[in-house]
Amino acid sequence: MFSVLTDNWPLFRDGFWLTIRLFLVSGVLSLVLGTILGAFRVSPIPALRAIGTGYVNTLRNTPLTLVFAFLFFGAAKMQLALPNPFWTGVGALTIYTSAFVCEVVRSGVNTVAPGQSEAARAVGMTFAQVLTIVVLPQAFRAIIPPLTSVFIALLKNTTIAAGFSVAEAGSIPAAMSERGENQLLTLVWITIGFLILIVPLIFLQRWAERRVAVA
Amino acid sequence: MSSVLYEAPGPRAKTRNRVSNILVLIVLVGAVAWLINRLYENGQFEGRLWRQFQYSSIQQQLLEGLLNTLRAAGLAAVLALLFGAVFAAARISDHKWLRAPATLIVELFRAVPLLILMFYFYFGNIQFGLGLSPFWAVVFGLTLYNGSVLAEIFRAGIAAVPKGQREAAYAVGLRKNQVVRLVLLPQAISSMLPAIVSQLVVLLKDTALGFIITYAELLYVAKQMGGRLTYGFPYIPTYIVVALIYIGLCSLLSLLARYLEGRSRRRRKVTGAPPPSAAEAATSAEAPL
Repeated sequence: MFSVLTDNWPLFRDGFWLTIRLFLVSGVLSLVLGTILGAFRVSPIPALRAIGTGYVNTLRNTPLTLVFAFLFFGAAKMQLALPNPFWTGVGALTIYTSAFVCEVVRSGVNTVAPGQSEAARAVGMTFAQVLTIVVLPQAFRAIIPPLTSVFIALLKNTTIAAGFSVAEAGSIPAAMSERGENQLLTLVWITIGFLILIVPLIFLQRWAERRVAVA
Repeated sequence: MSSVLYEAPGPRAKTRNRVSNILVLIVLVGAVAWLINRLYENGQFEGRLWRQFQYSSIQQQLLEGLLNTLRAAGLAAVLALLFGAVFAAARISDHKWLRAPATLIVELFRAVPLLILMFYFYFGNIQFGLGLSPFWAVVFGLTLYNGSVLAEIFRAGIAAVPKGQREAAYAVGLRKNQVVRLVLLPQAISSMLPAIVSQLVVLLKDTALGFIITYAELLYVAKQMGGRLTYGFPYIPTYIVVALIYIGLCSLLSLLARYLEGRSRRRRKVTGAPPPSAAEAATSAEAPL
């Protein structure tokens, strides 16, 4: 059982390290892009709202695997390919995840008490100021639990990159199968690896849920 | 949309919004034009790339892929609903020996990436010669993951039914089984229907993972078609066609979910039941895998 892991340690280490990097980079990028899209969706300008709505409705109804396939096989045909597989993977994960971040941000804006933005407007703040100084900081507290769900999904979704020759954790079984190793034991180790990464996120979510509930 | 974030616009704000609106539209049209030009310059509108869709054999293949997608999604949906019902029942059981393992299993399958779940069946089959085709790896993977999520949805729905309902049912002498079956479940299902349908959208989308374990579903077929030299590697046209099919199917289901949500909200207003609870807020932001 342990020899599967110890004999192939570099493979597991590099795979999970790449998974973590994919997760962190696309996590930050989708948080930024998703928040901008969320701001679009609550803005007073109809065209911006339409862009936000169109983006969310399209991406939420598209399989992530298709986004991956398009960026890996299709984008090159338009000479729009990203420099390497890692960034292509980050691109696909970011494009997909930001749609879900956008939805969470939008629902979070609705949880802020109307009096807050009324007061901000009363002292003469513009829409951008109301949103960035008063509403979004309060909204983020309320959306930490659902946002954590989105990031847990993102972490699990990184495995899809395995289907597109990105050597992250999900690609370990195929490499191990070439070495003639026991694939089920390999999978058990990968499962354990993901649990180690995900369980802290789940606890963070529970903790944040309690805090929001108390406040 | 009326928003608390900004005032009803006065004359100056109206002009400003109109100008901004036009500017955004110009940028948007510019971006779309740039993309189309990019496609054009790289020859993506050449007839050769699109011609294949005229042939009935190609249409047949696409249809076959779509049917394979629907087959896997349909069977997995039924099995996942069953799995969800059984495990939700086990999780609200009074017996710890039933509740604890069910909780563990549900939490485990929700935490493991779906692709890894499919790999268990895919590689397990290769290792032990179980005779499972990739179809079953896709179906079982989808069942375990979505079944676990559905179990949580069912459980949250039952927990969200007002306490008085349960108390009244016990007071008239119903047993636990009857309370759940006759009183709690019908109310839970109707309030959770939007969340259940949304989860089925997720399930439908995730059939595309079958592409990675060589199940001949729609995306797999599309990859094959896109790679054809005879038609000049029509990846982009094929993906556009396939994306339209996926988005169409999933949008229909999403619309159904939204309709059901609107209906239950209206009904709540009529009956004067309490406003949507935290459980509802949580499910509306269900994890997007």
